[in-house]
Amino acid sequence: MTSRRPNYLLSAIALALFSVIFLLPFAFILFTAAMNQEEAATFRFSWPDNWQLIQNVKDVFRTRDYILVVAFINSTILTVASVAVMVILAAMVAFVLQRRKSRWNVPINILMLAGLIIPPAVVPTIWVMQELGIFKTMHGLILVEIAFGLSFCVLLFQAFISTIPRQLDEAAIVDGAGPLGLFFRIIFPLLRPVIVTVVVVQTVFVWNDFTNPLYFLPGDENATVQLTLFNFQSQYNTSYNLLFADILLITIPPLLLFLFFQRQIVSGLTAGSVKG
Amino acid sequence: MRLGTSRSGVLAAAVLTAGSIALSACSAGSLGSSEQSTPGKTQITFLTNNDPNNVKTANAMIKAFQTDNADITVKLDTRPGGGEGDNLVKTRLSTGDMADVFEYNSGSLFQAISPEKNLTPVSDAAWAGDLDDTFKKVVTAGDNLYGAPWGPATGGGVLYNTKVYTKLGLKVPTTWDEFMANNAKIKAAGVTPVAQTFGDTWTSQIFVLADYHNVDEADPSFAENYTANKAKYATTPAAKAGFQHLEDVHKAGYLNKEFAAAKFEDGLRAVATGTAAHYPMITFAVPAMYGVTPKNVNDVGFFALPGTDAAKAGVTIWEPSGIYIPKTTTDAKLEAAKKFQAFVASPKACEVQAKVAPIGGPFPIKSCTLPANVATAVKDLTGYVEKGAITLALEFLSPIKGPALEQITVEVGSGIRSADAGAKLYDKDVEKQAQQLGLEGW
Amino acid sequence: MANTVQTKAAVRPVDTQQPRATVARRQKSPYPFWFMIPAGVIYTVLFLVPAAVAFYFSLTRWTLFDQEFIGLDNYVQFFQEPALVSGLTHTLIFAVVTCGLKVVIGMALAVLLTSQIIGRAFLRSVAFFPVLVSTIGVGIAFTVLMNPTRGAINGALGVVGVQGPGWLTDPQWALLSVAFVDVWRGVGLATVIYMAGILSIPQEYFEAAKVDGAGSGQSFWHIVLPLAKPATVTVLILSLIGGLRSFDLIWAMTKGGPGFTSDVIASVIYKQYQAGFYGLSTAGNVILFLLVTGIVVPLFWWFNRKGVEA
Repeated sequence: MTSRRPNYLLSAIALALFSVIFLLPFAFILFTAAMNQEEAATFRFSWPDNWQLIQNVKDVFRTRDYILVVAFINSTILTVASVAVMVILAAMVAFVLQRRKSRWNVPINILMLAGLIIPPAVVPTIWVMQELGIFKTMHGLILVEIAFGLSFCVLLFQAFISTIPRQLDEAAIVDGAGPLGLFFRIIFPLLRPVIVTVVVVQTVFVWNDFTNPLYFLPGDENATVQLTLFNFQSQYNTSYNLLFADILLITIPPLLLFLFFQRQIVSGLTAGSVKG
Repeated sequence: MRLGTSRSGVLAAAVLTAGSIALSACSAGSLGSSEQSTPGKTQITFLTNNDPNNVKTANAMIKAFQTDNADITVKLDTRPGGGEGDNLVKTRLSTGDMADVFEYNSGSLFQAISPEKNLTPVSDAAWAGDLDDTFKKVVTAGDNLYGAPWGPATGGGVLYNTKVYTKLGLKVPTTWDEFMANNAKIKAAGVTPVAQTFGDTWTSQIFVLADYHNVDEADPSFAENYTANKAKYATTPAAKAGFQHLEDVHKAGYLNKEFAAAKFEDGLRAVATGTAAHYPMITFAVPAMYGVTPKNVNDVGFFALPGTDAAKAGVTIWEPSGIYIPKTTTDAKLEAAKKFQAFVASPKACEVQAKVAPIGGPFPIKSCTLPANVATAVKDLTGYVEKGAITLALEFLSPIKGPALEQITVEVGSGIRSADAGAKLYDKDVEKQAQQLGLEGW
Repeated sequence: MANTVQTKAAVRPVDTQQPRATVARRQKSPYPFWFMIPAGVIYTVLFLVPAAVAFYFSLTRWTLFDQEFIGLDNYVQFFQEPALVSGLTHTLIFAVVTCGLKVVIGMALAVLLTSQIIGRAFLRSVAFFPVLVSTIGVGIAFTVLMNPTRGAINGALGVVGVQGPGWLTDPQWALLSVAFVDVWRGVGLATVIYMAGILSIPQEYFEAAKVDGAGSGQSFWHIVLPLAKPATVTVLILSLIGGLRSFDLIWAMTKGGPGFTSDVIASVIYKQYQAGFYGLSTAGNVILFLLVTGIVVPLFWWFNRKGVEA
């Protein structure tokens, strides 16, 4: 589908449809986050009577002695560290699995698939971590997030390494590249679009994870962002306006990340269509 | 070729990874706030649920305690409530990682955390004699006492709008038939008779659970037989009545239009403003009313769920959570934790709580008195308590409470399942739990 | 360094696997096993070992404080669970609906977003936004929107004169409503994966097809669909696994209600976990694992057998 005149009708329909389906719920969240408590409790979808978004945001930050700030720091550390490591390790695994034909591939694939299917067993994991002395530590939690995220990454990487022609490998080997060089200098860069996708998805996943930090790194000083949502919901009295404001605030980092990488995704994807 | 850019890319990745691993050595918690207690002071950690009102109370209690005990600092730690909280408490206890002192439910949930194995007994504490006997029962295991009360006891029954009653000339019903007769008159006057709020499923259980006083009056050995698998909801008419009431109220068309999605606050608002005349609820809801409809709090009264016998009317009581000390707390921290526990069981603590937030019932501590400005509904409840017309809810008398009850009661209360079928299903649910608990006779 | 002799593949933009004619045995593979060690260690220690331990506990009555070996009793009890059959049915319905919709709509959107329309970058971002919000956030927002009397969705329908159902309170609709929200949330990811697949198809194919007189429909059917197969398989497997195991969104929106009508196996298991039946819920997890594996692994094989390594 090369240079043709853009289809204006289709564009218009797409724009309208997308806005209604994908954007309206966000508009609702935004409006409710700008209301006061009583109005928010009525669930109306309308422009707020008094627009108090800044006020609500301030209140959200001030709750529980600025626990949101602590949570942001913790979540950032957790997410950056675990995603960075899991992407590299998973790519390495997927690379070998995809390229090297061996009879170990099948059992390894099964074990890896199991990672997607079996939910983590909390208490035994705690025991293991206690034995290793990494329970209730940030690096323990990071390792746990890596362990749980590897399967998904390996699966995605495997699917796309298969689109990289072996000739490139062979050319590099002929040039004298060892495995590390082959991997990091040839294959890894070509995986850019998938890496970006995996990074974004896993960042969102770890950022939004609420149960793992709760069990493996408990304590208020270790709070992560999802946990702060509970400050505004109680059995008796939910402050919907503050709750939605909190949702907005904790969605901002993944949003920024995505916007930043979105250009990369687009350019990476289109570049990938021309293979040298 | 990409080699040029990729080298810097790999370098960037390496720096990023190394940096994040280094960063991971610290977490925000260790930046800034010191975990070390200041010398000369003992620091203990106190774990409680993260409900905003509870946190407020906890902070006030800690402040008051620290004023009287300058050599102890208490660090507050929170956990989610509900089922997630149950699991967290159990996980932390079983991995030896619990706070120095913690708050958790009493009754059967208390029994489920193996108190004799995990908690420090306090039977010889000075304040033990000041506790109400009914409360003592629900924090005792074996022969030992383990907990101090956190908050007041509350009663389950029906919140009603006094203005509607006065306007229509109605009397507080003492039998179920009178209750339904009132409902008919209320409906005829254009007011919603009964508000239900199945958007919060736990509220659907009140008709069944708060009816226990009537069950107990009709059959005092029900709790025991039920635990031993000798009595069942489906075959004990007094017990089945709770399910039947749920069905009847729905069938007669007495419910609010949005009962299926309405939430707890909606129910409170409805009964406080007179949109609905009745809201079956436990009185711990009363403090919440101050947040939802502060001006109408005293328009709401309380009466016990009516049964078949007017003479035996009474309230089903829920005891508050307990403050417990795990066995892992030792030495100086144990002393400090015991002092904190003693404080919680003192009249001073009752005063602090009453000042911080409105109260939903009487304190289970003999030397505590209720402030004079409690809500009307709470005064009504106290009336029953003083007369002794009370029974502990079943969950305090038997370890068995089927986990699926609230789903079943939603179904029965919405007309999806009949009362008969609901009671039978609940019996099966209970069977599963009893077997899982390894009880005799199941 | 000894060169390996290989059959040269004809120069084609799309690679297919060529068997090595001869391999000097002594040469170390450029794909060494030790690449897998760091990941393998972390995965085994922190995931496989605990899972194996948990499997042992599925054979016990476990309160977290003590345990009693009871053999397969938990499994028997799980199968006697009254909500089991309905839970299974709901699980399958949910998985099929969400997976099917994500595959189809994802592909459709990907084609749309790789065609010549204006505002592509904007639209691609917009479709992906929902993926970024946490499940709890999405669940809360949509529960409010779907409120039968006060929610905006029924409000909007009311404006055009349609009486909206109780999306989350009507037993007939509850499960499907959650499925729709799940698709809303996840289709962006499917679309991105598909886009990556479509955009990796070299232009020459399309040009060749046009020269041959193919219209865009045939172009799609004969070029895009087959060559986007790895993407399709990935989306299918991930959505299916996700759908079968789905829990977070259902829990956030209905908790399995009203009553039991949107309970899926995962929420049944979670409720047992919440009730403190740790052995039983672990047994349930084992059963769920077997169920998902039984469905997904044959599919995975079937797709890869027909595989063109493309």
